[in-house]
Amino acid sequence: MTGLRYVYAVCRPFDAALQSQLTGVAGAPPKLLHHRGLVAVVSAVPERDFAEEPLRAHLEDLDWLTATARAHQGVIDALTTVTTPLPLRLGTVFRDDSGVRMMLEAREGDFLRTLDRLAGRVEWGVKVYVESAAGESAESPQGPDTENGWAAGKAMSGRDYLRRRSQRVKEHESGLRKAEEFAERLHEMLAAHAEDSRLHAPQSAQLSGTSGRNVLNAAYLVPRAQSEEFVEIVDRTKGEMPGIRVELTGPWAAYSFAGEKP
Amino acid sequence: MTSPTRLPEPYGNGGGANLADILERVLDKGVVIAGDIRINLLDIELLTIKLRLIVASVDKAKEMGIDWWEDDPALSSGARRNELARENAELRERLAALETGRAQEESP
Repeated sequence: MTGLRYVYAVCRPFDAALQSQLTGVAGAPPKLLHHRGLVAVVSAVPERDFAEEPLRAHLEDLDWLTATARAHQGVIDALTTVTTPLPLRLGTVFRDDSGVRMMLEAREGDFLRTLDRLAGRVEWGVKVYVESAAGESAESPQGPDTENGWAAGKAMSGRDYLRRRSQRVKEHESGLRKAEEFAERLHEMLAAHAEDSRLHAPQSAQLSGTSGRNVLNAAYLVPRAQSEEFVEIVDRTKGEMPGIRVELTGPWAAYSFAGEKP
Repeated sequence: MTSPTRLPEPYGNGGGANLADILERVLDKGVVIAGDIRINLLDIELLTIKLRLIVASVDKAKEMGIDWWEDDPALSSGARRNELARENAELRERLAALETGRAQEESP
């Protein structure tokens, strides 16, 4: 093949074939490059898009980035069904096969250690969202304001109005606090059922395209054999608390656990 | 995202990972290796910061809007907003520093 080499992942040699329809970031099918006890999963990419300058320019383009990230993830995902890949960060590009081989050799020890640590494990993502109306639906009016009578239907004075507003804010905040407590308990429980866990920054609604405020964004490293149980545990939390949504994604390659421990 | 058949189907939005799920993993996680073609880490950091700035701005606009907190800014969670504003300012400073650094690096 001609062109530059884009590397998706490093794995141990595996027997199963990759899906025949699978295409990589620039449309070419990924190939396996064996070197000593390791395999690099690579595809040819054109210089016009992946040389230093065009690549840098492309990184500024969210549409290009989205398409490339999805293609990258598609290859990693296909690998995850047949082996335990060590996913590389987007945009790892070499001039030719020999450059890839030199990299494999230089990092051999690290790769083998990490692959051993992750073998047979997958990553599950768990996110907790508070629906916008959580504070209202989960809470009922309470406390001194009710005793003072506005809730009983009397005409509202300016003071009562302000008090009522402040009460509503308290209810919203209490809804969020409850959600955060729920998320904390959930994370503790899931972490106890996983080999390792990572907390990621909450996601933006714009990028995720989901509703509600993201209060937990966590990743869990779970052996394949225990994945079914883990999924059931997450499933049981569904609907446990009104106004709270729990989302599960995966199984992912162990992206969040591929680096050295923090 | 497709799931291997031997693993249970995830639930959620049709079992699909959203764009943020994919970007945070593919861009921000995974093994970092210096390839022959250097998009240096500076560029990746710039990119990550820009994505985070979008996040902060949207959250902030949302909070000031109608959909989550009280309409009146004086009554809504000032602490959270201040925190976002502070983070936003820090990220902008870092962005400016990185862009200056890159400009210097590029000039002969």
